[in-house]
Amino acid sequence: MSTPFAMTTAIFGSLFTEPAMFERLTGWSVKPEGLCSGERCVPVALRDGHVDVRAFADQSARALVHDAESGLWALGPESGGHALASANLPELELPTVDGKPFRVSSLRGTKVLLVAWASW
Amino acid sequence: MWQELRAELRPRGLEIVTIALDSGGAVAARPWIAAAKPEHPSLIDERHICDELLGVVNVPSGVWIDETGTIVRPPEPAWPRRPVLADREPRPDDPPLRAESIRVASALRYDAARYLDALRDWVAFGAASRFALSADEVVRRSRPIPPEVSRAAASFALGLELHGRAERERAASWFKEAMRLQPDNWTYRRQAWALAGADRERLYATDWLTEVKRLGIENYYPPLEL
Repeated sequence: MSTPFAMTTAIFGSLFTEPAMFERLTGWSVKPEGLCSGERCVPVALRDGHVDVRAFADQSARALVHDAESGLWALGPESGGHALASANLPELELPTVDGKPFRVSSLRGTKVLLVAWASW
Repeated sequence: MWQELRAELRPRGLEIVTIALDSGGAVAARPWIAAAKPEHPSLIDERHICDELLGVVNVPSGVWIDETGTIVRPPEPAWPRRPVLADREPRPDDPPLRAESIRVASALRYDAARYLDALRDWVAFGAASRFALSADEVVRRSRPIPPEVSRAAASFALGLELHGRAERERAASWFKEAMRLQPDNWTYRRQAWALAGADRERLYATDWLTEVKRLGIENYYPPLEL
């Protein structure tokens, strides 16, 4: 079973977002059951054809912070559990230092040590 | 040091993937990567996706993933050897702050030998290694996300967005909020300081040594549960 891209924090310019944009930013798409990612759904109805970001945040226990001056909103990860909801590695695609996309899942079949480091 | 480890363990079935948590992007990370001459994938995580997806709060952190794509050890301090700086002695002409920073860096817990032994054991024995954790244990040991940690992540993301828009002062206010909400997240703190550059002292009025001592030297790299 493939693991869908796990959502990371997302930045919005408005609390009401077009479904396509919301899906692009979060990986959650509009279904009859509400907003869904893989097999999980959150019962949030569209409002005038737009996703209500605050309703999604409330229903999924995510922080929503607002910078009044810029008008930006930031949606945080789901709270109440752990960083890892399961031991399945979330799909992780990042660019190499040369700018080429690389998916960690391409190494399936090999043991992998992921090392997070930084220049700072 | 990761390339050295890779040279030893790749023939035995382990690949290493390094991920630079660097909002400065490839520009910031490239000199270090070029110096290491790695043969393994070297990735760049400008948005700190790994902080949230995996629960990384400091570097270096290691995550073990088996052949099926299952995590068998969640993020934890990962030193394959003591860093060179940990064995430095302050020079007589070092300013007091630098000298104390060197002493504190030497006193941090690196646990390199234990980590390396555990890693080699897993590479050799796979699922039979006592260091490969069950799925339930992987989840249990991964970082909890109380509401304030979710808010910290959102605040940090807002800070990165505003920094990218050259709104440095407001970005710093959101970075400080992230640090307040999740004080043990060193990636937030050190990334924010790095982005501040010459304005670091003015914007944050603190430094690594002060914060390490405030939060406890023993907490900078928590003990490995091996």
